[in-house]
Amino acid sequence: MARYDRAITVFSPDGHLFQVEYALEAVRKGNAAVGVRGTDIVVLGVEKKSTAKLQDSRTVRKIVSLDDHIALACAGLKADARVLINRARIECQSHRLTVEDPVTVEYITRYIAGLQQKYTQSGGVRPFGLSTLIVGFDPYAGVPSLYQTDPSGTFSAWKANATGRNSNSMREFLEKNYKETSGQETVKLAIRALLEVVESGGKNIEVAVMTKEHGLRQLEEAEIDAIVAEIEAEKAAAEAAKKAPPKET
Amino acid sequence: MECVFGLVGNGFAIVAADTSAVHSILVHKSNEDKIMVLDSHKLIAASGESGDRVQFTEYIQKNVALYQFRNGIPLTTAAAANFTRGELATALRKNPYFVNILLAGYDKETGPSLYYIDYIATLHKVDKGAFGYGSYFSLSMMDRHYHSGMTVEEAIDLVDKCIMEIRSRLVVAPPNFVIKIVDKDGAREYAWRESVKDAAVASA
Repeated sequence: MARYDRAITVFSPDGHLFQVEYALEAVRKGNAAVGVRGTDIVVLGVEKKSTAKLQDSRTVRKIVSLDDHIALACAGLKADARVLINRARIECQSHRLTVEDPVTVEYITRYIAGLQQKYTQSGGVRPFGLSTLIVGFDPYAGVPSLYQTDPSGTFSAWKANATGRNSNSMREFLEKNYKETSGQETVKLAIRALLEVVESGGKNIEVAVMTKEHGLRQLEEAEIDAIVAEIEAEKAAAEAAKKAPPKET
Repeated sequence: MECVFGLVGNGFAIVAADTSAVHSILVHKSNEDKIMVLDSHKLIAASGESGDRVQFTEYIQKNVALYQFRNGIPLTTAAAANFTRGELATALRKNPYFVNILLAGYDKETGPSLYYIDYIATLHKVDKGAFGYGSYFSLSMMDRHYHSGMTVEEAIDLVDKCIMEIRSRLVVAPPNFVIKIVDKDGAREYAWRESVKDAAVASA
């Protein structure tokens, strides 16, 4: 085993961890993902790259639940995601078994981030090539949360965030247009952010909402199409209002 | 002595368990719920060493939940029963769990089912089963009155007959019982049969 304890992630002379930065590159190549937190709801949206004709799209779920009250979306290496998600699911149940309480969103985020960090400081392994968006409701408190982790193992809470392809444009859009919303308005904001970088249409985006009462609910394609249509109509109306000069008499 | 028994009816399965937590000659409490809701459509009625009972059934419950999250689909009752038996069997020749289990469940495809799993990892799919000294009485009553496809009313009547026998014929009969049912609408508590309630605090 002596051959496997040489670290792959080592410092460069100017203080960079190149493997971690390369992992972040892998994330930047992954599909776009956005998360928006409302007052009573959290929304996750993920770009669905065109599914191959012969592929069964139901087996390619990009937004997964970790527990009844926690969901996760990610951008990057999907195979790495499977491993992390599995470990997180085990930890959710293990926590319930030992302390008879469901995990808080912060706890499970800290756990996942801790796992990602471990793989930047171990011998013979490479970092996980994915960033995650973790949403949920803390048990008892009933407050929605949105967290993000990245390959370096850092994590923080966000009101809204994006990761993956073109995440900068989405984040800019969110920074400009974010305001406290609830219910359907939050869903619209998330989809609007995603539409900045993704071809519009229900078959190109996967959206899921999490509420305290109903847990995680994946939106049907028809629902998404309807909301996209609403958004386009609003956009068209805004354009028209801008173009038409105000009548001055 | 702990009494657990159950039977399968028409589209449902019912289990009853006594609710006394006993340590030697002391009754710690007489409203201890020994029937755990394993998931939406499964019940696990357990009797035996109280530490093992809680530890083991909670462990099974969390693993059943984990399977559901991993696979997006719940375990069938048969699969859960076999998993439980497997865990008991693995621990048997190292550090055995002293827990007897009646696992009742409802599956959409196969309907209600009841599994008898004893502490040395015996597994039987049964229509009626019982554990403990009470089984001498409840099994006899069920052998006499049980028929397949009983309605809920008939089944509850039979359960009450068994409880009556246990109460009147078992020397250290537990005073209170809890009855839980599982059918297509899920697993839920059906009723309590209490003959001893916690005494109210006497006013000065």
